Parts: sequence; structure tokens; C-alpha cells
Amino acid sequence: MIKYTLKRVGMAVLTLLIITFLLFVLVRIMPGNPFPSERMSAEQIANKRAEMGLDDPILTQFFRYLGNALHGDFGKGTSLYYGAPISTVLSTAISNSFRIGGLAVLWGSLVGLVLGITAALHRGKFLDGFCTVVSILGVCVPSYVFLIFLQYTFAFKIPFFPYFFDSSRFLFSSVIPALSLSLFTTSTIARFTRNEMVEVFDSDYVRLAEAKGMYGRGLVMKHVLRNALIPIVTVLAPLIVDLLTGALVVEKIYGINGIGKLMVDAIAGEGIDYNYVLALGILYSALYIGIMLLVDLLYGVLDPRIRVSSGKKEA
Amino acid sequence: MEKGYIPSKEDFTLLHRQDLYTDTNFASQSYWKSVAMHFFKNRRAVIGLVIILLIILFAAIGPSMNEFGYRDIVQYRNENNKRVVAKGIAPQIPALHKLFTGEELEGNFSQYTFLFGTDDLGRDLWTRTWYGARVSLLIAFVTIIIDMIIGMSYGLVSGYFGGLTDNVMQRFVEIANSVPRLVIVSVLAIFMPKGMGLVIVALLLTEWIGMSKIARAEMLKIKEQEYVLASRTLGAGHGHIIFRQILPNTIGPIITQVMFSIPTAIFTEAFLSFVGVGIALPQCSVGTLIEDGFNNITTLPYQILPPIIVLALLMLGFNFIGDGLREALAPKLEDM
Amino acid sequence: MSENKTILNIRDLDISFKTNAGTVHAIRGVNLDLQKGETVAIVGESGSGKSVTMKAAMGLLDANATVNRGEILYTYTDEKGQETTVDLLKLPKKQLRQHYNGQRIAMVFQDPMTSLDPTMTIGKQIMEGMFLHKNMSKEAAKARALELLQLVGITDAEKRFKNYPHQLSGGMRQRVVIAIALSADPDILICDEPTTALDVTIQARILELIMDIQEKMKLSVIYITHDLGVVAKVADYVNVMYAGKIVEVGNVNEIFFEPKHPYTWGLLSAMPDLETEDDRLYSIPGSPPNLLHEPKGDAFAARNQFALAIDEKAEPPLFQVSPTHWAATWLLHPDAPKVEIPPELQARLERARKEAEKYL
Repeated sequence: MIKYTLKRVGMAVLTLLIITFLLFVLVRIMPGNPFPSERMSAEQIANKRAEMGLDDPILTQFFRYLGNALHGDFGKGTSLYYGAPISTVLSTAISNSFRIGGLAVLWGSLVGLVLGITAALHRGKFLDGFCTVVSILGVCVPSYVFLIFLQYTFAFKIPFFPYFFDSSRFLFSSVIPALSLSLFTTSTIARFTRNEMVEVFDSDYVRLAEAKGMYGRGLVMKHVLRNALIPIVTVLAPLIVDLLTGALVVEKIYGINGIGKLMVDAIAGEGIDYNYVLALGILYSALYIGIMLLVDLLYGVLDPRIRVSSGKKEA
Repeated sequence: MEKGYIPSKEDFTLLHRQDLYTDTNFASQSYWKSVAMHFFKNRRAVIGLVIILLIILFAAIGPSMNEFGYRDIVQYRNENNKRVVAKGIAPQIPALHKLFTGEELEGNFSQYTFLFGTDDLGRDLWTRTWYGARVSLLIAFVTIIIDMIIGMSYGLVSGYFGGLTDNVMQRFVEIANSVPRLVIVSVLAIFMPKGMGLVIVALLLTEWIGMSKIARAEMLKIKEQEYVLASRTLGAGHGHIIFRQILPNTIGPIITQVMFSIPTAIFTEAFLSFVGVGIALPQCSVGTLIEDGFNNITTLPYQILPPIIVLALLMLGFNFIGDGLREALAPKLEDM
Repeated sequence: MSENKTILNIRDLDISFKTNAGTVHAIRGVNLDLQKGETVAIVGESGSGKSVTMKAAMGLLDANATVNRGEILYTYTDEKGQETTVDLLKLPKKQLRQHYNGQRIAMVFQDPMTSLDPTMTIGKQIMEGMFLHKNMSKEAAKARALELLQLVGITDAEKRFKNYPHQLSGGMRQRVVIAIALSADPDILICDEPTTALDVTIQARILELIMDIQEKMKLSVIYITHDLGVVAKVADYVNVMYAGKIVEVGNVNEIFFEPKHPYTWGLLSAMPDLETEDDRLYSIPGSPPNLLHEPKGDAFAARNQFALAIDEKAEPPLFQVSPTHWAATWLLHPDAPKVEIPPELQARLERARKEAEKYL
């Protein structure tokens, strides 16, 4: 188990390092010029480049960047928030995004679990159909569409919630974005839970438990839920990916200063902010790889088939 | 027992059957025929198929069903030679209006039918919606088919050769798979102008991975089977085995994956266009239409509905077809 | 065979399943008796309905199954020492599970690889039944579980108690499944193909284990199997099932040495035998009928080389051969032409009989 964990962590770090390097090289060899050339002479630019070390070999530059990044220094933006260090902007953004994203995941998982379990327990009946419809809806409509709908209805037509995000009333103004972001989580978890539970219900070991005399609540709690819920950690990765993507638009529309909005500002504006693209690229990759690592390890902890019998089995 | 049947003497004669060895029960039925049968018995799959066919039909002929082009502004010059533009007209059907109210429709453009209304610039939304659907569908189909070819070739080769080749190729997939799509898009945005090209390349770079995984898994499953082994011992070349013998067997799961990838592609396109790095004006796609609608939501709330509904129906339809295919390819046996 | 007291009595059981393709009439009037202390085998090809019959007795039928007719009467001595008979089909699920499943009638399933909960230690899985039915304390249950593990031939019980199923081999797992079945001292043990999924070497040991335990715990056992080898080894009575009906029933000697139904002939001929000179293994032509369509006449007629004209018109009743031996074939009708057992099979049966006599 320890060997397995170390191997996974090592692989993840290595992957992140490779991706960081690729991103760095790609962003550095970009066509175009990081300095506003109309305001600077060629000589000024050359001096600036030398000062910033842009003429050093790319590897030297990379390790310098990496060293700084590990100390939390990602440099400054080239066009966004001119002058403010990226790390400062980023830390506020991360805090906003994570709090709203966290709310969305928490709420979404809760509702999803309830829906999924309800559906599985009433297989083939009305409630099952209802939960299926809800989960299909969540998969078929993007989160920003829900946001637009909620914003239009509950902040514009009926002005109950704030029309834009207001960080002084964090929880209250998080309701609309968190709810819209949570719908995909809800439907994915509901669908997954239902299908897993139905499969477990049909399994031989539940049949044996019934033959033993287990029924109703005891059967569901002791045998069905545990087996059905362990695989749920595997949907975490796609959920987070969707959340990150969804947050992009949701934050933009609702005016939340989060990493999603930052990313949109960095690439969709008039000029592209290379340093932000690089920093955010590393951040997103780290998040993604981190989640996948977490899923792997969590699965190992939860499932005795992987936990017990260390060494022999991998993956 | 059939009640009341009284056997006669002749009943007790041996039939000396000759046809014992014909097995009518498991009489051969072609694989694809049985897949099709299962698929069409699935109500949801059929609904999905109908939805998608209808949308494709409208995407094909919808834009030319009236006299407006997708970028035409409906307007005329009045007696003072001033331009009068059909800005922000809510959905209207003059004939129906007359039928229900008994009165003629009022307004400058009362002679026109605008099923979905017009946008803030005076363009017909019916035409634009279907034109946008056409663009979105085309992008999705083209990229996913290319992805399918790339992904299948990659996966089949990797799985077939195994060993070191497989190892190296899979490490590459692992790394490629660890880069979030967003990051790929943002890096692409540095190198490419925003627009349809960027959307296509972004999709090409990401969607092949899933296909390659499926193709590889199928390959690993099939390659050890006797018939492949047999043809290898007979001296068949790698190309022959991969493409003539194994490829046909992987088609089922791959097509299922395609049905799930197309909605992902449409989703991604809509999302990128909405954010502003995708399809650019005056072109339109489902994504840009939703964005337009969103920008005018407080004044013209009806404008956002058609593209959202089309998008949702596309998602729904493809997901239903995908689910139906998956079930039809591996039907659960009714256990006895 | 001891007291000749019927403890399980299935009467005219008739079950159908609703499937996408239509209604499958899987069980078409099955009768079966189990006497106390006896071993009864139900033999047939897959799809003949042998599992479904016993699943009905356990209340484990799938949701799409309907019991059209029949009863499954179970007779036992209740807590007050009163002899009671219940119809298991009429009991509410809850009552069936609380008072009968596990406690009085237990079942061992075919595939030990999938029939244990992968996330629970085997110790817990064995103790579950005791907590449910016996109200045992934790310590007592553990002691009993360890005892059971030893009884089913697991030597390092203490260590295995804490193991998860995936840490055990297939044979070991089946022993654990048997231990689970025995955990609440049942009267009847139903074994659904208990050795099919196991290696041949382990098969024999598991069968011996079950017979051994049957002796020790005074169990009545029902075997569901397609393997006549297993039947010959363990059974007192044999029910041959075909297309949802019992076509021949008799004691083990009658079925093996004087079979009357052509289907039983086919099954016996299909048994591998070292001495048969013919190097082709016999198999019954064709496949069992699809019960989506109600068979007309004798369901076996289409595969029967001795089919009579009447087989296509009317279903044969059970003809009595001896006090314990019945077979449903028109060949036993007084008007039927004399049809002898195929000579190759006759020779085999003779050999087998001589073989058997040596051990008596």
C-alpha cells in the first residue's frame, strides 16, 4: 500500500512537471511580443529582455520560473491587473472559486445521492422515472444556462437574490451560482448511484444475504450501499473537470472574481495575457492531476480488494 | 395436457424423425440484425433517433424555409427614405393571430411570419437558429470522425503490438490525458486566431483519447482469440489482422463512444463560443446564439430559448442513442 | 430415509416471467417431495427451470416473475414443539426472511467468486445470520463462526476470520458460503450447482464435505445440477427436469439403471465414460425449447428420436413404473410400440451396475 501510494504520488508529480515544462516552452516561444512595442524602443525592449532573463537558455529560464513558482511567485501579468503580482490576484480568485465550487459539490452530491438511492429503491416505479428525468436534464443543459435562467427569474424578474455576485454577502450571493454549478454533479451522482445500486441489488452476494434472511433496511445499509458507493469516487474526476469548465462561464456571467473568470479574461480579451495563461495552466493541471491522484488513493483506501493484499496488485 | 384428447391407435407410431439436428431455437440471426432489433425495441433510443433526425433535417432545410438569410437584417425604407428595421420582434404568425383574435396583426412587419422572432439587430431567429445548429453539428461530426480515426488507429496499434510500444504510447496518453481541456484551449488561443479553427483543433486534441482507450481495450480482448491466432499462424500481416479482422469487431463500442462524444463536442463548441474564443460574428453557432440571447435577456427574453432548446435536444438525443446502442450491443440475457 | 416425513412438498408450481420479448412460461406444473434427512437432486439442462423452482422456495425470484399456481409446503416443528406447515409462497417477504430464510432453509449458490460480499470480512458475513436469527452475543457468534469454519475444513480459522473474500481461493470461498448457510442451523440446505464453478479436484471434496455435514447436522438437501456424476454420488432421489416440467422421477438406482424417459437416456448417454469405445461424446441433438412459445404436445418431441405421432398432439401424463418411479413419456402407454434403451447405453448401464455392485 505504501509502495503503491508513493509510486502514484511520484507519477503525478512527474506528470505535472512535464506538463509545466511543456506549457512554459509553448508560452515562451509564442509569436508576438510580451511588451507593448508602441511605447518602447527596440533598445529598451532589448534591455528589458536581458533584465528579465528572456535571452537565457530556455532550461535556465524554466528552472528559474519553477523556483519562483514554488515560492508562490508567478510574476506579473502582461496585460491583466497591470502591476499586481499574479499570486495575489490568484489567491483571492482561488478562495472565491473554491468556496463556491465546494458548496456546489457538497450540495450536488447530497441531492444526487438522495435522488439516486430513491430511484434505485423504487426501481421501475414513478419515483425512478422522475429521478431519471432530473438527472437527464442536468446532463443535457449546461450549467451557465441554468445560471442565466436562475439569474433572470430570481434576481431580475423577482429581485430576491443579487443580480451579481457580492463578496460582502458571500453565502447569500453564492446561492445562484452554486446551485447552477451543482446540477451536473447532482445528475451525474444520481445516475451513477442508481445504476450501481441496481447492479448490486442484482448481484449474487445480495442474493446470498437475502438467503441468509437479510431484508429491507439492514440489507440496504450493510450490503448494498457500501458496495454501491465505493465506485462513486471514480466520478469525482469528471465532475471536477466539468465544475472547472462550468465555473468559467458561471463566474464570468455572475461577476465572480474566481479563477474561471480570470482564465476567460486572460484568453478571451483583446490581448492575451501570457503569464496568466501559464500560471492558470499550471494551476488547472495541478488541480486535475491532484484530483485524479486523490481518486486513485481514495479508492485504494475504501476498497478492501485494493487495500488488503498490498504489493501484488496495481491499479 | 390438451384436455379431452383421446389418443387413437395410430397415434402410437414412431415418427422416425430425420430433422433432429436442425436447431430452430438458435437459428442464426446476423449480429447486426439483432443489434438493430434491440435498438429499435428501445423506446428511448428511438425517441433519441427521431429527435436527432429532425434536428438534422431542420438544420439542413430550416435556413432556406423563408426568404431571410442568416445574416440578413430584415428592413425596408419608408416614405421618408428612413430605414425601418425589424428589431426585437417577438415570435409572430400573422395567420394564427387572425384566426384567434379575429384582428389583423399590427406593426410594420405584420406581413411576415417570424416563428422564433427577430434579434436585436433585426435578423430572423428561425433562420439563425437552424443555421447555428448546422454549424455546430458540422463541427461536431467532422471533428469526432477525425478523432475516431486518430483514436482508433492509435489504440489498435498500441494494443496490438503491446510490450514496449504499448508502454510508450500509453505513457503519452496518460500525460495527454492529464492536461485539462481548458489549458489546451488557452494555450491554443496564444497560437491561433479565435474562431472555428480553434474550436476544431481543441476538439481534435482532446477527444481522440477516449476512443483510443476503447479501441485498445477491445484489441486486447480480441487479439488473443483463436481466429486471430489462426490467421497469424497462416502468415497474415499486421495490417491485415488489425484492419481486416479486429477493426470490424471494435466498431460497435467505438460507435457508441462516438454517440457520446458528439454531444461533448457540441457542448464544448457552445461553451467556447459563449466565452468568446469560438465561432466569431457574423457566423453563428448554437453557442454564439445563446450568448446573443444572454446579452439581450432583459429586453428580449424569448431570444435565448430556441438555441437552448436545440442544444438540450441535441444532448438528449445523442445520449439516448448512445445508451440505446450500448444496450443493444450487449443485451442482458433474461436469466432463468 | 429415516422417518419418511415429508418436510418440503412442492405442488403444481407454475411460474412465468415477463420479458421484453414476451411472457416466458418457465415452470409448468412442478411437483416435488423432500423427506427428512434425504437428498433429492433436480437434474436438467440450463434453462430447464431447476434453479427457478428452488428460488421460488427461497423467495428470491426476480421482480418480473409471477407465480401463477401452486404451493410450496414446508413442515417443521416450531418453538413450542408444535408441528406446523406453511406455504412459503403465501408468506409475506418480511416474514419469510425473518423466520425461514437462513434459519430453516439455507442456500448455497453456484459461483463462490461472486456470492460473497467483497467489502465485508468473511467472519462478519458468517456471524450475520446468527445475529439475525439466534440473538447471539458477539463472543458466542465468533466462537460459533470459528467452529463452523473448522467444520467446513478451513484450518487456520482464526486468521481467515478476518480475511476478505478476495484473499481466498474459489474452493475456500465455497466452504465459507457453506459455513454461512449453516450459521443458523437450518433444516434444509439447497445447493444450486455448488461445484460447477470449481476445479474438478476440489469438486469432489466439496461434495464430500456437504455429505459429511448432512450426516452430522441431520440436514435434508436439495441439489440442483446438470452433472449426473454429482447426482450419482450424492442423491437418494432424482428429478429429471425438462422445459419447466419434471419428466422422470425415481430413486437413484431406478434413474441410473432403468431409465424410462428418452430424455434421461440422452442425459445418461451424454455422460463421459472411460470405457465407451465410441470416441465421439454423445450429445442430445438440438436445444431446449424456447418457453416464450407454449410447447404443443411433448416439449421434448422435437429432439426425440423415438418421438411418436401423439407426442405432437398431447402432452404425456406421468406413468407409474414402480412405487417410487414415474416418467412422463407416451412410450410407457400400453398401446405404444416397444422401444428399448439404445444398445450402447444399455451396455454402459450394465457396466455401471456391475461396477456399483462391487461396492455393495
